[in-house]
Amino acid sequence: MSLLEIKNLHVSVDNHEILKGINLTIKPGEVHSIMGPNGSGKSTLAQVLARRDAYHVTAGSVTLDGKDLLEMKPDEAACEGVFLAFQYPVEIPGISNAYFLRSALNAQRKFRGEEEMDAMDFLPFFREKLRLLEMDEKLMNRSLNEGFSGGEKKRNEVLQMSILQPKLAVLDETDSGLDIDALRIVAQGVNALRSPERSFLVVTHYQRLLNYIKPDFVHVLVDGRIVRSGGPELALELEDKGYGWIEQEAAAV
Amino acid sequence: MVTTSTQDLGIHLQNFTDFQRRAAGRNLPWLRKLRDDAFARFAEVGFPTTHDEDWRFTNIAPIVRTQFRLPGSALVQLPPAELKSWSIEGSAARLVFVNGRYAPELSRIDALPRGVAVSSLREQIEGNSDQISKQLGHYANTQRDAFVALNTAFLEDGAYVHVKRGVVVEAPIHLLFVSSSDHTALMSHPRNLIVFEDQSQGTVVEEYVSLGGGAMLSNSVTELVAGDDAHVSHYMIEREHKDAFNVSTLRIQQGRTANVASHSFLLGGGLVRNNVHPVLAGEGGECLINGLFVGSGKQHLDNFMHVEHASPHCASRQFYNGILDDHAHGVFHGRIVVHKDAQKTDAKQTNRNLLLSDDAQIDTKPQLEIYADDVKCTHGATIGQIDENALFYLRSRGLSEAQARQLLLLAFASECVERMRPGAAQVYVEQLIHAHLLPLREHSNRAGVGSGERIVEEVG
Repeated sequence: MSLLEIKNLHVSVDNHEILKGINLTIKPGEVHSIMGPNGSGKSTLAQVLARRDAYHVTAGSVTLDGKDLLEMKPDEAACEGVFLAFQYPVEIPGISNAYFLRSALNAQRKFRGEEEMDAMDFLPFFREKLRLLEMDEKLMNRSLNEGFSGGEKKRNEVLQMSILQPKLAVLDETDSGLDIDALRIVAQGVNALRSPERSFLVVTHYQRLLNYIKPDFVHVLVDGRIVRSGGPELALELEDKGYGWIEQEAAAV
Repeated sequence: MVTTSTQDLGIHLQNFTDFQRRAAGRNLPWLRKLRDDAFARFAEVGFPTTHDEDWRFTNIAPIVRTQFRLPGSALVQLPPAELKSWSIEGSAARLVFVNGRYAPELSRIDALPRGVAVSSLREQIEGNSDQISKQLGHYANTQRDAFVALNTAFLEDGAYVHVKRGVVVEAPIHLLFVSSSDHTALMSHPRNLIVFEDQSQGTVVEEYVSLGGGAMLSNSVTELVAGDDAHVSHYMIEREHKDAFNVSTLRIQQGRTANVASHSFLLGGGLVRNNVHPVLAGEGGECLINGLFVGSGKQHLDNFMHVEHASPHCASRQFYNGILDDHAHGVFHGRIVVHKDAQKTDAKQTNRNLLLSDDAQIDTKPQLEIYADDVKCTHGATIGQIDENALFYLRSRGLSEAQARQLLLLAFASECVERMRPGAAQVYVEQLIHAHLLPLREHSNRAGVGSGERIVEEVG
């Protein structure tokens, strides 16, 4: 059975249609990459999957493990196993990273009927993940993302992901703005999470990230539609030739 | 100030006449004069109206209309459970006042370090009047504020705290004022004199709570004197019931390089006016004026700050955060006065507000009067709603909408908590805030969210 099934998804924002009939099936364990030029609807797709209500679904269906994802609120989707690594993680002064992470983990554990984790149990688990992402423990006592550099914010997203262990991880341009060291660390965090049960949807503008996170499938999104799908070689082709040719091809159809 | 024809001072005149006949210290000429002059001043100006610039956003007609009586001497029983919930774990002393009257049987003042004297003001009036006459009434201004005048006319009891030179009392001294009404509307006028001599250090918590409902007025005045190099933290916690009227005035007098922090937490009360008036009288003084006001229902919470820089090289920091839900109305009035000789003044003022409903209202008004030419004064105010981006971010990690809202409110409030010195008072206040914000987020879910934040930032 597929983990994620998107059928004929149409999405509008302020009466402006952004996604114009997306079809996509992701099976457990697969890594899919969505590439495309600016404004093609990549981030919209990511946000819809995380159930942001500013996006209005006008047609189509999305199921996660057979359940209707479009019926879920953001927190329900999260508890059912959807994780969105934000393109622009939000800074929230006054909430410490560590406290936030434990609250989120416990909210999800509670949802699944598991026992909540106290601070003592949480700490060793948390430290192991910090090491993996080469993050300073001091950062965790600071306010959520406040004053973090771009790279620290992205690493923090992957840290959250590795603690929450979702079924479907959606990475929205997690590579943008990262230097090569940060990129390597982020990819290392993602790769450590790969498993036969967990799937990834990696949204990116550049092929570079895919050198580190090897996708099974690459889809090209242009003007709200997937205009081409293929293997990792498609990403290399795009890197070589840019998006121009594929946009022209799509416009000609 | 204009006395309007609708004001009936008769009840106050009658109260005052009765009071003068039986008040403690009625035979002390200086005290009699202090009271008489204050009452005369009150009778002359009457209660302020919204035509008065300092009271523009706060209509005190409900106070003017009510026929308040002074409490009798009948003893009020306090339930032990309530008393327990009003106690600070690890406090150095606790003085309990019921309707303004000291209740020794409920108080605990035996564990104080040497050099710290704590008692009721009444005891000082009766036994140590020469000493207190040197400071009592010297700072609070009966001329400019009718409530201070009224308090001074009726001053008789309250707390007296005296910390000797160089003495440090780490644990908080807790002054608990319980309002309890019987069938009539009662008013009390607690008067506190807090003196920290040079190089002393300590914390005083002034807290107002209530038993039962009904109209009641607590009109308190605290004169806090911080000597040279003294380090003092003062807390004002208002959590009376929502019909209560509470007017409090904190007048701080700071010596050379004295450091005073005033923390105000307005959680309860129906109509509340919180006056904080520090005078940085000695060179190099520092003052932190920190506050949080949280209103729901029809609460009206007015914060009137008046920071006076009277000497060079002083720094003042004002930070007030407001959270307003339902039809609550908040006011922040921040006046900074820099005297002619107060060069190198560094004054900063920030007021941030979170409105949780469409009917909640905030009036925020900075007012700078600068008579020196080499100063740095900045002020800024923001009014916003819960940030939709932040809410979505938290929810996308699995927190329910209610949890996410609560966390954002706590985060907003925690800015004020973080400005307090770590210790028993901070822990106490933090717990109160947590408990207070819990029900607020439950029913604030229906409020619309938006990320629009209006920002006013000026540098002058």
